[in-house]
Amino acid sequence: MATLKELSNIEERFTGGHRLCAGCGIPPIMRLVLRVAGPHVVATTATGCLEVGTTIYPYTSWRIPWIHSAFENAAATMSGIESAYNVLKRKGRVPQDRDIKFLAIGGDGGTYDIGFQALSGVLERGHNMVYICYDNGAYMNTGIQRSGATPFGSATTTSPAGSVHPGKQQRRKDLTRIVAAHRVPYAAQASPHNWRDLEKKARKAFQIKGACFLNVISPCPLGWYTKPEDSIEDAKLAVETCYWPLYEIEDGLLKVNYKPKEKRPIEEWLKKQGRFKHLFREENRHIIEELQKEVDRDWETLLSLDGKRLF
Amino acid sequence: MATVTGTKKVVGLTGNSAIAYAMKQVDPDVCAAYPITPSTAIMEEFSGYYADGQVSTELIAVESEHSAMSACIGAAAAGARVMTATSSQGLALMWEMLYVASGLRLPIVMAVVNRALSSPINIHCDHSDSMGARDSGWIQLYSENVQEAYDNLFQAVRIAEDRRVLTPVMVCMDGFITSHAIENLTIMDDAEIKEFIGEHESAYSLLDTENPITVGAMTLPDAYMDIKHQQSKAMAASKDVVVEVAGEFEQRFGRSYGLMEAYMLEDAEVCVVVLSSAAGTTKVAVDELRSQGKKVGLLKPRLYRPFPHEEIMEALRGCKAICVLDRADSMNGFGGPLFTDIRAALYDTPQRPVVINRIFGLGGRDYTVEDAMEVYHELLRIKETGKVETLSAYLGED
Repeated sequence: MATLKELSNIEERFTGGHRLCAGCGIPPIMRLVLRVAGPHVVATTATGCLEVGTTIYPYTSWRIPWIHSAFENAAATMSGIESAYNVLKRKGRVPQDRDIKFLAIGGDGGTYDIGFQALSGVLERGHNMVYICYDNGAYMNTGIQRSGATPFGSATTTSPAGSVHPGKQQRRKDLTRIVAAHRVPYAAQASPHNWRDLEKKARKAFQIKGACFLNVISPCPLGWYTKPEDSIEDAKLAVETCYWPLYEIEDGLLKVNYKPKEKRPIEEWLKKQGRFKHLFREENRHIIEELQKEVDRDWETLLSLDGKRLF
Repeated sequence: MATVTGTKKVVGLTGNSAIAYAMKQVDPDVCAAYPITPSTAIMEEFSGYYADGQVSTELIAVESEHSAMSACIGAAAAGARVMTATSSQGLALMWEMLYVASGLRLPIVMAVVNRALSSPINIHCDHSDSMGARDSGWIQLYSENVQEAYDNLFQAVRIAEDRRVLTPVMVCMDGFITSHAIENLTIMDDAEIKEFIGEHESAYSLLDTENPITVGAMTLPDAYMDIKHQQSKAMAASKDVVVEVAGEFEQRFGRSYGLMEAYMLEDAEVCVVVLSSAAGTTKVAVDELRSQGKKVGLLKPRLYRPFPHEEIMEALRGCKAICVLDRADSMNGFGGPLFTDIRAALYDTPQRPVVINRIFGLGGRDYTVEDAMEVYHELLRIKETGKVETLSAYLGED
């Protein structure tokens, strides 16, 4: 495992000057992951904040080969690149000693929802690549619309906090477990506040052969209605409340990587975020209780699986 | 006269088998495809070549046509020679990615086995699938028969990869009529094909990690239009490359191709314009009417995108009455896509001929020699009387 100093000495492959918002969780995730990836890495990004914010022509933040083709197909696009690599290396058109890594990146909209089928196809076919989802819990790039990752009760522009329907009425998908159900060699959840854990997981994902998946929570001050300077703290709180547990499933074996000494109430995480403001009105209080119950239940389930084989 | 240097070997194959065999001969780096009737057999047979190690291709059996084209795009941007095949709904599902492939100037070659689009669902031939994609920035070649489909596929590789073009190409053939009918065709040796298509040298590759490039960047109003203009110019210029490649093909293999086939057109007073297999049926009617002394002809465009409007105008210059037969309806209340293009091309002719439109053969409806005869008789009546009763109509229906 690299120290922070060692990591900071690695060449920056994701440059500054991009147009992502102040406090956005994506850049620290990308900077760390690309440092871990090594010098020979090719990336693709689904349409979304990361793509729009890093490549306004003729500028680019990417010091590695990078492609964007559409919204729902980051995984499929990368499967073509990885296949091209396999054949062109066999044919001697890529240096034999060059071990190229492949990274597909999508937001929660591009991963949980519209890109889900393409992702599932790639996982089933077992392409040798890493897929990273930066989960900020809504379609933030187009102005905060609900996604399959949006938390229950959260207000978005398509699930506004109305008097009849107070925010999103549905539960979120458990995508990490759905991915793991493809029997992939490695799937994990991480958070940018715990760089050591994220670094370790990214390293594993790049080293393990096959389709590996990282789901990383990514605070979004714009859509969460939070202070940009609090983003890393907000990510930490998501983990401390067990809303976003850090765990991994390696070759079917589930391991909880972090167990808070004292599980904080979900309310502490909610109250910092404007998207949950309406839940603190008397008539919506029950939603917070339901959320707490859900988090408790999910956390207990996860603990009961700790150290157990899922497949 | 062309000197035929290629060997001549005649075999009987279906259109799908001929395309699969042609793909085996091309031996592309990457193939990503999803099964759909009536093109399924192409990828089935190609998968057989793959399974037996007869190709060096990486085969990606994807979970949808959208992912098929997405994987083709990724592979082509990585510097691979890429091919796929589809039909109908599959092409429709790819629609978004067709524009990405052409906009990124990726020389992907795709066999399109023409089939009707839903709804109502129908698996049989018409051109509504590829006509729906006619403005997607892909070059489109239409094939009358198995031989043409086979020959077009190799030429498509050369056209797409030409540095002056760098544009994807669809090779279209009629579903079932051509894809499932066994015809005799002359095939070439693998070595001859290798020599004709050459090695693929991509302009750039995502695998060149020492020279990283950003592909598919977000562009704003200051740059988008210029990039599309470049694409538009390359598309227009590809017409010359199509002719050039056809010339070299004829030199090597003896079969002649151009932008179109003019059949008995030189002195024709009336003419039918039609794509693909229906041209063969129409030729029988032309022969019959010619034997009766009627000056009838046929124009079969081979290159539909880019649209060779000048050459078409020139070819049809002497005709007085023309019927454009469309195997797809534009649903615009005016006429089919080929009709509107041909009619527009003829606007600048000194003696503007009468141009009528008949929609035919939708969803696999038979098109017979009698149908063609009926069209010619109507054209001859129009030539005599100068009167057009119906500008656009469905053939054989009120």
